Amino acid sequence: MREKATTLYLGPQHPGITGNMMIRLKVKGDTIVQATTEVGYLHRAFEKLAERRNWLQSFTLMCRFCVPEPDPVEESYARAVETLEGREVPERAKYIRVLVLELARIASYMLWYGGQAGSLGLYTIGQWSVGDRNYILDLFEELTGGRVYHMYIWPGGVRRDLPMGFEEKVLKTMDYLEKRLDDYEDLMFDNAIFRKRTIGVGIIDPEKAIEWGVVGPPLRGCGIQHDVRIDEPYEVYDQLDFEVPTEEGCDIWARANVRRREIRQSIRIIRQVIDKMPKGEFYNKIPNPHKWRLPKGDAYVRTEAVRGEVGMYIASDGSEHPRRVHFRGAAYVHAVTLLEDLLVGENVADVSAIMNSLGTCPPEIER
Amino acid sequence: MSFIDLKGTLKPLTALKQFGRKPHTLKEVPFVPLEAADRYRGFHYNDIEKCIGCGNCATICQNQAIDMVPVEGIEGHKGDSGLRPRIDHGRCCWCGLCVDVCPTSSLSLTKDYLYVSDDPDSFLWMPGVDNPDGKERKAFTGTPETSLNDFQRVPMPELEGMERVKSFAEVVLGYNEEQARAEASRCISCGLCTEACPDHMHIPEYINAIARGNDADAVRIIYDNNPLPEMCGKVCTRRCEEVCAIAHRGEPIAIRWLKRYATETARNADIIREIVNPEIKEPNGYKVGIIGAGPSGLTVAYYLALRGFDCTIYEANPKAGGMTMYGIPKYRFPEESLDKQIEYIQKIGVKIHFNTKVGKDIPFKEIYEKYDAVFIGVGFPKPWTLGVEGEDLEGSIQAVNFLYEINNGKQVDVGDKVIVIGGGNVAIDAARVSRRLGAEVTILYRRRVQDMPADWEEIEGAEQEGVHIIPQAIPVKFHGDEKGHVKAVEYLKAEMVPDEKGGRPRPVPIEGSNTIIEATAVLGAIGQQGDYSFLEGVFAERIKIERGRFVVNEKQQTSDPKVFAGGDAANRTADAISAIADGYRAVKGIEEMLVGTGKDV
Repeated sequence: MREKATTLYLGPQHPGITGNMMIRLKVKGDTIVQATTEVGYLHRAFEKLAERRNWLQSFTLMCRFCVPEPDPVEESYARAVETLEGREVPERAKYIRVLVLELARIASYMLWYGGQAGSLGLYTIGQWSVGDRNYILDLFEELTGGRVYHMYIWPGGVRRDLPMGFEEKVLKTMDYLEKRLDDYEDLMFDNAIFRKRTIGVGIIDPEKAIEWGVVGPPLRGCGIQHDVRIDEPYEVYDQLDFEVPTEEGCDIWARANVRRREIRQSIRIIRQVIDKMPKGEFYNKIPNPHKWRLPKGDAYVRTEAVRGEVGMYIASDGSEHPRRVHFRGAAYVHAVTLLEDLLVGENVADVSAIMNSLGTCPPEIER
Repeated sequence: MSFIDLKGTLKPLTALKQFGRKPHTLKEVPFVPLEAADRYRGFHYNDIEKCIGCGNCATICQNQAIDMVPVEGIEGHKGDSGLRPRIDHGRCCWCGLCVDVCPTSSLSLTKDYLYVSDDPDSFLWMPGVDNPDGKERKAFTGTPETSLNDFQRVPMPELEGMERVKSFAEVVLGYNEEQARAEASRCISCGLCTEACPDHMHIPEYINAIARGNDADAVRIIYDNNPLPEMCGKVCTRRCEEVCAIAHRGEPIAIRWLKRYATETARNADIIREIVNPEIKEPNGYKVGIIGAGPSGLTVAYYLALRGFDCTIYEANPKAGGMTMYGIPKYRFPEESLDKQIEYIQKIGVKIHFNTKVGKDIPFKEIYEKYDAVFIGVGFPKPWTLGVEGEDLEGSIQAVNFLYEINNGKQVDVGDKVIVIGGGNVAIDAARVSRRLGAEVTILYRRRVQDMPADWEEIEGAEQEGVHIIPQAIPVKFHGDEKGHVKAVEYLKAEMVPDEKGGRPRPVPIEGSNTIIEATAVLGAIGQQGDYSFLEGVFAERIKIERGRFVVNEKQQTSDPKVFAGGDAANRTADAISAIADGYRAVKGIEEMLVGTGKDV
């Protein structure tokens, strides 16, 4: 009997907890025969808006590129501007930046825990991890004044120094989280359902991964070690001791394990940062922002964001405004091109688990 | 491969140990929100008294969430626009840049983050006015370390103190290009300075042009309402800098030095003309007579000439510039700098009759009848006298006359011990000039040093050059020698008594505190007054003078509609920029009167 393909629309209302995008699926029974991604629900034209704002005003747009991980984008913009201008950043600011970036990595992975588990029906873990994420958001609130959008890493350094006793609070939170991670693992990685639903599902061909420009945990889940923090260290990553975990399975399980192990590495980094952080200035003051002009030219910087390597390109025509700001996010490759390819042959029920495992972030795709 | 095993089935049950755990995000169930952190970026709070309404917050706001609006009970005045920020909390993105750019640090963010209303208009409110209790809940505040304002002025290169007294070389060396760009870049373009400038010069605009590296544009903007900008760039009393928003926590933008920098890029009259390239209208047939080639008279002549009027200036002295030529020493304002500006004004078509004193060489009546309008800008040439015994002794000189002689290239013998009496700019000028003539100089001033009306930079400069200042000293007698030459000054020490009416403290002499100091010359500098002897007959009655000044309306028109007046003889502020402002107002008044009513154009 010839089966007839049915068209199924997934989204645009938050398939999984990734953000607003849509996938048009052609299915035969439960099996996907064709997937077409449709984005455009979250376009806010940040890159274009930056051209109308001055160099400092544009910094407040950056965190909004990607909700779960605002800091790597802020970091990229700040570093791009500093590279173009040749502005020095005080040593202490570099350490504080790494602290913020790694806290952001953990916070983002905590949200991912919720998404990954929730997409498979394991809701308890999501409630735990999102609840525990609040401890990190508390730290952010105390440090930056904002819980989600920090607007803290800006050209020249960071916006405020660490508050009194902040280091102890960070260490305490890390100790707590480390214990909680065991609970998560008991609940998720030792869970028979989770293993059944993830092992051998959503397999990426390693060769294709390199060819297509897959980065971050999906790439490292294919057994390929690639991390900007190691390959081209920025800030003070070259002075810190940490590992970049890889897994061999190429499937959701492997990617989940990469992330699971990365959280522990981030905690390790944070402890070193607190230990090594020097005293001193935290901000190399920029000139009056209304008349702050960057020299003509352009700059491109790479940053290891949570969902993989991202790039920030800025071009200046010598005026108070950026001529062009362009952000290369990981999510476009993962969630538009790779996803369409990966979904073919998979079960409809696994779509959102695969999306989550790829680090899909529609706001970052469209910006 | 089987994924189901005993461990995988039982392990998830460990979740039960978390049963009954308190949620973290709420303080108390069901709904008591957590207290925000000490740095939280919540709703705004503005210290209304501290705020100066500069609008820098509104400029930086990238969401255009901030409007500057008037508030009941706040009156605008110099240095305060009277406007206060109103914030649309529906547009605000809580970035807090408004806090970091606030020059007075009046704006802050609070710990408040909850507001529920179904009225969209209610999200628009004025921090500090509509939430006065926010003061106690301030969280994200501005500090000098985190401020985005640039508080440090680019230092002005100057001759070293003891080097200066060797000659009349200009003390201030001027910014170079790089320094000027850096200094101009500090400006936040709030425009409070424009309001404070008597002439309302377009300060933010020309500073912006300098910051962008467009000096010619700056010169053009400056010449829009000031025909003697290089003079102002060197010796202006700069009320603008007093109100500079940045001055609340740092050093004001060096507005005067920036103007100086811009105008100095035009090296001579031809270059000025080339840069400014003014549009000169066809002659309209009206003739305007101007008495006095000081700043106000030159302003009237320049702008009327551009508008097609035929302007003639009568000047008693051999050179134009008035007090800026004869009152200000050359180490502050070199002659060639003035000459080039006068030359430019003459090139536009202004005629100047030098050495022609109205009332002596030409009667006022003749000018009055010959011209369609007359502008009087005669200034205050006559010094006040102290009225103490021995003031007419030889060697007791009026500082204005002393400066006049020196600026005229004459020699004045003051000996080696000069006493200057007074605390204004003329006193300081006379003292510093005397230092350059090789004398030891002492200034006697009846109030405290901080009460001196002279520019603090001038006072500082005098001290660096070795001028000795004795404050709270009231001269009572000049002692003479047998030849009738002054040889000493006797003064009384004074104590400062608070003024009952709330004014500045008054000096009251202490009986018996008489002190005598030696002197080879005494220079009196306690102020000048007008000399209106040229107004004879009917004019003396027709043109009203009150308290030594012409009575003028807002167009500088005197009680005789054909006669306008300006400068020191018509305003109380008595400085060059006010004179220029008077001139500029008179231009409009004269144009309105003649072109509006008279012959066909």
